[in-house]
Amino acid sequence: MNAIAASAGLFDCRDTYVRAVQELAETDPRIVAVVNDSVGSSKLGKFRDLFPDRLVNVGIAEQNMVGVGAGLANGGKIPFVSGAGCFLTARAMEQIKVDCAYSHANVKLCGISSGVAYGELGATHHSIEDIAWLRAIDKLTIIVPADPWQTAEAIKAAAAYDGPVYIRISRMPVPELARTDATFAIGKAETLREGGDLAIIANGTLVHHALAAAEALAGEGIAARVVNMATVAPIDEVAIADAAATGAIVTAEEGLAHGGLGGAVAEYCARNAPTRMRMIGFPGFAPTGSADWLMNHFGLSATGIADAARELLGLKAA
Amino acid sequence: MAHPEQLRPSADVRANSLEMRATNVRKRASWMRRRLLGMIVDAGQGHPGGDLSATEIIASLYFDVLRIDPAAPRAPGRDRFVMSKGHCTGALYSALAGAGFFAEDELDTYLKPLSRLNGHPNRTYLPGVETNTGPLGHGFPVSVGIAVAGQIDGADYRVFVLTGDGELQEGSMWEAAMFAGHRALSNLTVIVDRNRLQQGAGTEETNGLEPLADKWRAFGWDVAEVDGHDVMALLAAFDDATGPRSRPRCIIANTIKGKGVSFMENQAGWHHGVPNAEQYAQALAEMSA
Repeated sequence: MNAIAASAGLFDCRDTYVRAVQELAETDPRIVAVVNDSVGSSKLGKFRDLFPDRLVNVGIAEQNMVGVGAGLANGGKIPFVSGAGCFLTARAMEQIKVDCAYSHANVKLCGISSGVAYGELGATHHSIEDIAWLRAIDKLTIIVPADPWQTAEAIKAAAAYDGPVYIRISRMPVPELARTDATFAIGKAETLREGGDLAIIANGTLVHHALAAAEALAGEGIAARVVNMATVAPIDEVAIADAAATGAIVTAEEGLAHGGLGGAVAEYCARNAPTRMRMIGFPGFAPTGSADWLMNHFGLSATGIADAARELLGLKAA
Repeated sequence: MAHPEQLRPSADVRANSLEMRATNVRKRASWMRRRLLGMIVDAGQGHPGGDLSATEIIASLYFDVLRIDPAAPRAPGRDRFVMSKGHCTGALYSALAGAGFFAEDELDTYLKPLSRLNGHPNRTYLPGVETNTGPLGHGFPVSVGIAVAGQIDGADYRVFVLTGDGELQEGSMWEAAMFAGHRALSNLTVIVDRNRLQQGAGTEETNGLEPLADKWRAFGWDVAEVDGHDVMALLAAFDDATGPRSRPRCIIANTIKGKGVSFMENQAGWHHGVPNAEQYAQALAEMSA
């Protein structure tokens, strides 16, 4: 069991993403990167310098980018197809469905700058619908890593897995999380904190907020379990069942409050273990504002999660 | 229905004269026509118009041009054929069966519940299918990706892709055409089944494609125009397309939708449609004439 101590400072997960792809590429000639004029925003400049023949830039053409990715997979490559999550998913949705998932093509789709990272640019550039959209596509693995370590692990696991994967690569500053068991497996959640009064199931940039919320709640005598549900599809049903056993679940994600992680947890609970829930996320198109402002305004924060937990426990007691 | 031979005579046939090669392909095409029409009648569904316009093109590829081995359908060095106009499965499946990718009897399951012969081709069901198609504008970009992989590797396999002409109204086709031209993908050949009809009406009255050859040239492609039912011309164009080149190659194959069945020819209404018993008998009679 490998333990990881929390590191000081905040990190941009794109850095570990490109480092992981570069390391894989050094030993595996099948690794290629495909971009839509997004070398800079994907931080793939060094990859291009190291492997000029293996950086395929299709220009501003997302449908072709994903189709070309599927073709590269047909030709024996392992393409990491990277573009802003908002455009990669929405513009190329049918290519993701048909060319990647339905065809079972070995394509790794990397949604860069996901969530509300482009806060001020407005709802066209927010990628908060991606998980809800992609959850509807059969046989597509969806991973939302929480920190630099998990981002790198997700990239390595995706490369080792034979099939289509969507990975969210956040540019929001996040801390490296402390772990007692540093192992990553697709489809396996990790419990970062034990607790029996309620469970907080979060992923991506909300996991460290969930841990901070649990710490605040502990000061009030409330024991909150914190589950990092990095893989949204296929989802870890055992972890949801364990969370439901506490009797109350708060979900938190940097995306829509419906249809994504919260929706997946609710579907399981409704079928198997009806549980009171609160789902933290955006209610719909978000206004302009910095990413921090948007997150705080809509309660995607330690305070917002703790408030939801208290409210939920009040309901539970009634 | 008699089938000529189960396996494609490949190297031997290519060593023959163009006329002998064409004779072989014509025989296969004639068999495909009758077989696919029977499949459509039996299934009560299908896209006969586009199947019949593409028959000689697909027969030329599967029974002469492609370097493929049905026993190793995913061999890394195989030539690729991508069926971008994925709705024309009658022609594709009959060719795959004729080439030996699966037993000919399975053609009788066409469109039946749980059949591997889905309404549109699925690579996870059926050997020989390179990528799932059906919605238009998908197969061509994927074929460009395969050609890029071959270019990166310096591989000697060749990539062929068949598109409809109406399909060229999809924007993704021109994204892919632009990129293939930019990358000078000399290992890539696109064949446009130029039957001039789409589902509802003529291409030119719907959203005109002309001047089509000029468009491809402007996107960085070499262009040849042939009669898409003249097998000699098709084989010569393929021979030329797969010689030393510096740019991707577009073969505009001028065809007749519904070719070979008089009442279907050039009729948009036969894009999809099923002949009744009397029409089927007439079609068979015309095709054996």
